[in-house]
Amino acid sequence: MMSSGVLMGQYYPAESPVHSMDPRAKIAIAVLFMVVLFVGNNFYAFVVMGAFAFLAAVMSRVPAGLLLRGLRPIVFVMIFTMALHLFLTPGPAIFKVGPITATWSGLVQGLFIGVRLVILIMFTSLLTLTTSPIELTDGLEDILKPFTRIGVPAHELAMMMTIALRFIPTLLEEAERIMKAQMARGADFESGNMMRRAKSLVPLLVPLFVSAFRRADDLAMAMEARCYRGGEGRTRMRQFRLHARDFLAFALIALVTAGVIAVRVRFGPVIPRGL
Amino acid sequence: MAEETGTIETRALVHRYEVGEEERVTALAGVDVKVSRGEFLAIIGPNGSGKSTLAKHLNVLLLPDSGDVFVFGMNTREGKYIWDIRRSAGMVFQNPDNQIVATVVEEDVAFGPENLGVPPAEIRSRVDESLDSVGMLPLRRRAPHLLSGGQKQRVAIAGVLAMRPKCIILDEPTAMLDPRGREEVMRTVLELNRKHGITIVYITHYMDEALYADRVMVMDAGKVIMQGTPKEVFKNKDKLQSLGLDVPPLGKLSGMLAGAGYGVAPDALSVQELVEELCRLKSGT
Amino acid sequence: MPIEVRDLTHIYNKGSASESVALSGVSLRIEDGEFVGLIGPTGSGKSTLIQHLNGLLKPTSGHVLVDGRDIWEKGGSLRWLRQKVGLVFQYAEQQVFEETVRQDIAFGPRNLGLSEREVEARVKAAAAMVGLPADLLQRSPFELSGGQLRRVAIAGVVSMQPQVLVLDEPAAGLDPKGRDEVLSHVQDMHESGMTVILVSHNMEDVARLCERLLVLNQGQIVANGTPREVFSRADFISEVGLRAPDVVALMEKLRERGWPVRTDVVSVEEAFAEIARELGQAKGARASP
Repeated sequence: MMSSGVLMGQYYPAESPVHSMDPRAKIAIAVLFMVVLFVGNNFYAFVVMGAFAFLAAVMSRVPAGLLLRGLRPIVFVMIFTMALHLFLTPGPAIFKVGPITATWSGLVQGLFIGVRLVILIMFTSLLTLTTSPIELTDGLEDILKPFTRIGVPAHELAMMMTIALRFIPTLLEEAERIMKAQMARGADFESGNMMRRAKSLVPLLVPLFVSAFRRADDLAMAMEARCYRGGEGRTRMRQFRLHARDFLAFALIALVTAGVIAVRVRFGPVIPRGL
Repeated sequence: MAEETGTIETRALVHRYEVGEEERVTALAGVDVKVSRGEFLAIIGPNGSGKSTLAKHLNVLLLPDSGDVFVFGMNTREGKYIWDIRRSAGMVFQNPDNQIVATVVEEDVAFGPENLGVPPAEIRSRVDESLDSVGMLPLRRRAPHLLSGGQKQRVAIAGVLAMRPKCIILDEPTAMLDPRGREEVMRTVLELNRKHGITIVYITHYMDEALYADRVMVMDAGKVIMQGTPKEVFKNKDKLQSLGLDVPPLGKLSGMLAGAGYGVAPDALSVQELVEELCRLKSGT
Repeated sequence: MPIEVRDLTHIYNKGSASESVALSGVSLRIEDGEFVGLIGPTGSGKSTLIQHLNGLLKPTSGHVLVDGRDIWEKGGSLRWLRQKVGLVFQYAEQQVFEETVRQDIAFGPRNLGLSEREVEARVKAAAAMVGLPADLLQRSPFELSGGQLRRVAIAGVVSMQPQVLVLDEPAAGLDPKGRDEVLSHVQDMHESGMTVILVSHNMEDVARLCERLLVLNQGQIVANGTPREVFSRADFISEVGLRAPDVVALMEKLRERGWPVRTDVVSVEEAFAEIARELGQAKGARASP
């Protein structure tokens, strides 16, 4: 009923160069790009970063609607932040609304923030839309593995993520069932003030938690029965290998990074001529 | 006496556990079991008879309070054998959901071999082989929550198979399934036993499933009180019913007919058998 | 308080890619005091159908009438309906959450706004009705066995004193003894005046307990009759993907071999009587010179 395959980390299956990239490369590039996004502070930088993001989006064959869906929840926050910048940045004025002034620098800053957020959200969505949950967890595990010697529990984190992703649809279904069972007993989850509604969640949350703990117990036993003893000595069926397309992507992001830094150093914060 | 490496044995197995602060319950009160290589053993008994507890001793999920358990020649008390035992005696549990760890079927089947450190290429072939043996190869990329109960249990069986066990222990594997799922699991288990020679220890409270076994063991209050072929065991209808166990309807019928003086074998349990018996009787031969 | 369903259709995720028709033009009527069995292969729409009977689901089209009133006509909350039509879900023990058994069974009546005295009386009555000893009432539910917990959950619905009780596989996952207990309590409830609708996969149980069977397949009602009528249609039963009770299969096979026996038996006892009669006659026929 409620949980179809779509719920699983929003993975959108398709054939594309981005889909077939090594997930480790994708994660690394995504993280680097996020950092670069905040380093870029002038118009030329944004052109370069925007072009890169656009190229990635087009090559992923993911419908634009899906990519931009992630923006919906933050639209208002974004507009609010942009407005704040517009009115609170000092500089030459565009217009006045009562005591507050909108400035050109404010407009530019606001736009930069806005564009950054859009690109950020879109690129993160791109990552989860083109990389299946297993690839993500396995990829992350591989990336974190070198850090195990300084105490990063790479395997345990990956295992936790996998199990959580595995059980999310199951738990959601169970929550729905429990809710209906309690409604059949006259429970009301909808009316009343916030306090009342919070209290009404007890008959939903307690059974869900009890069941989750029982699942954990059962699962632990089943895992032990299949010889699970932590990450030591474990191999993995799914192995990743870097291919030409991954190196190409690395080259691209390197270019973008270099470009953004160079532009920042050379020109400083730049706004288009004429303003 | 040298322990045979082809069998699973328990000798005078005792298991107690605490309930609350003072009560100690004896779950197993001295159990002797011997499972031969390639056998299909069914264990039946009311709730609380100790059948699940017994099963958990066979793959070292539990250790004896006294007595010994030998799995293919290895004593479960010896810590060094624990992983070998668990690899050679795999276990499938009752709840189909709470055994599946991964987000995709084939990844879950790979879990066992991965834990054993099997090289990646070999894992791949084991996974495909195991999924094929249980008839789930076409669904290998499916997410587990989209599977039916019977399919999930088959995936669980495949997950155990991928470790190349000599024996599979199934603890009430069909208790939470619908009739179609039960059929799927039963068929799979029978095939594994008959075609691939895998020893099966099958715990159930469905009497019609125990009919397929080579040998049936009846437990009550921590002891084995009866064992024999299905026919032999189900003859004792009164005893079984007094334990709160069921006799399959046709078994009841043949019992009633025999009791009423008709020369029907009281242990006829299937439609086919009973029909043959009755036709034989009617024609007076 | 008869329940009537007229031309009910229910489509999940209408308009999306994962649209699925769960029920299609279902019509049925349940009279006061009946014991009706609802059977059908998995995926036939049984759980969807029963959730319409207490207003947990809204029809995509069609009507649900309780006591002659269309329940969706006026709009507003349907909590009044959930008191009249009690629904016990499969693995009902999952819904238990309170600190004591008493509190949990009281959850339903409390939601109805009854006085504490009335609630306590209902708790006691419901517990008795499912065979729960009174000393279990102050225990924590999580100390109880599976079978006991199941009965606590059923009591939690019965305590609302519904006129119609719908149970979805109340014996699922229980051992034979547990099953017998639950089903005998369900029978008791029916005898005390409740209309009972039992969803089950166990053909022996429904043959034995139900006065009437509704067979659902692929979202449609494909048969409506007594267990005798329904199970004696062997071809139809296997087409639908169900399995007739073993004794029926036996009688069918005997008939194929030329035995003049009834195939519409619903219990081991009836099968025995038929066969004994036939064997007796055969013996007589041989004995006579």
